[in-house]
Amino acid sequence: MAEKRFQVLQGNEAVVEGGIAAGMRFYSGYPITPSTEIAERSALRLPQVGGKFIQMEDEIGGIAAALGASMAGLKAMTATSGPGFSLKQENIGYAAIAEIPIVIVDVQREGPSTGLPTSPSQGDLMQSKWGTHGDHPVIVISPSSVQECYNETVRAFNMAERFRVPVIFLMDEIVGHLREGCELIPPEELTISNRRVDREFNGTLAYAVQEGNYVPEYAPFGVGDHFNVTGLFHNLDGFPTNDSDVTDSQERRLLDKITKRRDRIEKWEEVDTEDCEVLLICFGGTARAVEGAMDISHQYDSVKLGMFRPITVWPFPEGALQKILKQNRHLRHIVVAEHNDGQMILEVQRIVEGAVPVTHLGKIDGTTITPDEILDKIKEVY
Amino acid sequence: MSRIEVRMSGSGGQGVIMGTIILAEAAFEDGKQVAQCQSYGPEARGGSSKAETIISDSKIHYTKVKLPDLLLSLTQQSFDKYLPYIKDGTIIVVDSSIEVPEETKKAHKVFSLPILDAAAEVIRNKMSANIISCGVINAILHVADWDAVEHAVLNHVPRGTEESNLNALHYGAKLAREYGE
Repeated sequence: MAEKRFQVLQGNEAVVEGGIAAGMRFYSGYPITPSTEIAERSALRLPQVGGKFIQMEDEIGGIAAALGASMAGLKAMTATSGPGFSLKQENIGYAAIAEIPIVIVDVQREGPSTGLPTSPSQGDLMQSKWGTHGDHPVIVISPSSVQECYNETVRAFNMAERFRVPVIFLMDEIVGHLREGCELIPPEELTISNRRVDREFNGTLAYAVQEGNYVPEYAPFGVGDHFNVTGLFHNLDGFPTNDSDVTDSQERRLLDKITKRRDRIEKWEEVDTEDCEVLLICFGGTARAVEGAMDISHQYDSVKLGMFRPITVWPFPEGALQKILKQNRHLRHIVVAEHNDGQMILEVQRIVEGAVPVTHLGKIDGTTITPDEILDKIKEVY
Repeated sequence: MSRIEVRMSGSGGQGVIMGTIILAEAAFEDGKQVAQCQSYGPEARGGSSKAETIISDSKIHYTKVKLPDLLLSLTQQSFDKYLPYIKDGTIIVVDSSIEVPEETKKAHKVFSLPILDAAAEVIRNKMSANIISCGVINAILHVADWDAVEHAVLNHVPRGTEESNLNALHYGAKLAREYGE
């Protein structure tokens, strides 16, 4: 299908196009509002590019099949919303310890359990980091425009492949269902990362890290040597062990994949952070209301506002925020705007360490934060 | 034109969401920035449904419409629901079956047009009311060149209905132009 380079797309649709550009050739999942368009477009588009789409029997099957496809060598994705994200947590941990690259999209909806299926929320921010048990590596990306849905899905696949980790693509209904212009940048103009393949594992040690690398090379299941895949801590050959030294070195290596390479993973946007008096911190679709508030504020030449928006939300770009705190002499107040009862604010408070007051603007009624509500909050605190 | 906000409303199934998508695609093809949203929820089934398109020469930050520059309603119920959310200068387009309060008529430019009748009797396809509406809106607001609007319409209509939908589009434009003459 000849694709037009510039199209009006929904955020959910742009995720699929970005995934395909990044090399996604497998999608399995269970349709759930407000992420369903991701499954729909994958079902349409993957067969056109030689890929496979499978609608599974449930959410757990949805991620399990994608993990299997990834082990067999395909770039794989699944998508869901809160209720399904909860069900997928066990397999997210499995992907972390077995080092299986996968992209998991969570288009958040309001509330616990089935909540408000059609309403925007950002209540899964902490779950995206801590949802699966145990210390584990995870990268979480949150887009705020349709174009970012495209570009950042490419980056999500790249990081999943490069680090052999699950990458969570944390969306909200605001961006998922928004239609905007999007440039479908063709793969040949993008940086595409692929996992390193070694069919013979340097012997048969499937989890041995070769010199100069920090993740094990990988052999597509069924093509290279046989190896064992387990959720238990394992020796370099993939078989379980209780050895505390092996456990420690394996767990540290898993965590170090991310923590030692934060500078290559962190990404954020700054607007007027160098001299703003009030810094607005937000992520995902909330940024659109924050930008709207800044537009209005510019017209009236009132208090000078700035915005700090993590695009990689985990690991949180804390060095960048610390730099703003250190360099901006005009900063008097921070307002964290998010569609939850106070999650990103905890991370912000940890980093700010009381240097300036931090106020929360949260909304959990299923409606979106408006620019006026942000300006009202600023008037209230400043 | 710096920023134009359009709200289309009707009952679920009348295609107002598609109407706003067509306007957005046409304006985008014409080089404008666009953002399109719809109310998304159980109320979209039956009841009243609403969808919005923002068209701008510059980057669109906030993507939601609060008080539109043009409100189009195809049913009384949806008109009554969204009438409170207009501002000074909001242009109102309603199907001629809809009763508009006298004070609204005095304060606003109101186009009362036989959109639903035209779909059923002139175009002979009730499903074309949204396309007629696109023609009306573009004749009033000029969000895009007609070529671009035609192209966007053809992107979305079922095979075999291309000609009748293009007729619907231009019939809508004619209704708007001839209104009040």
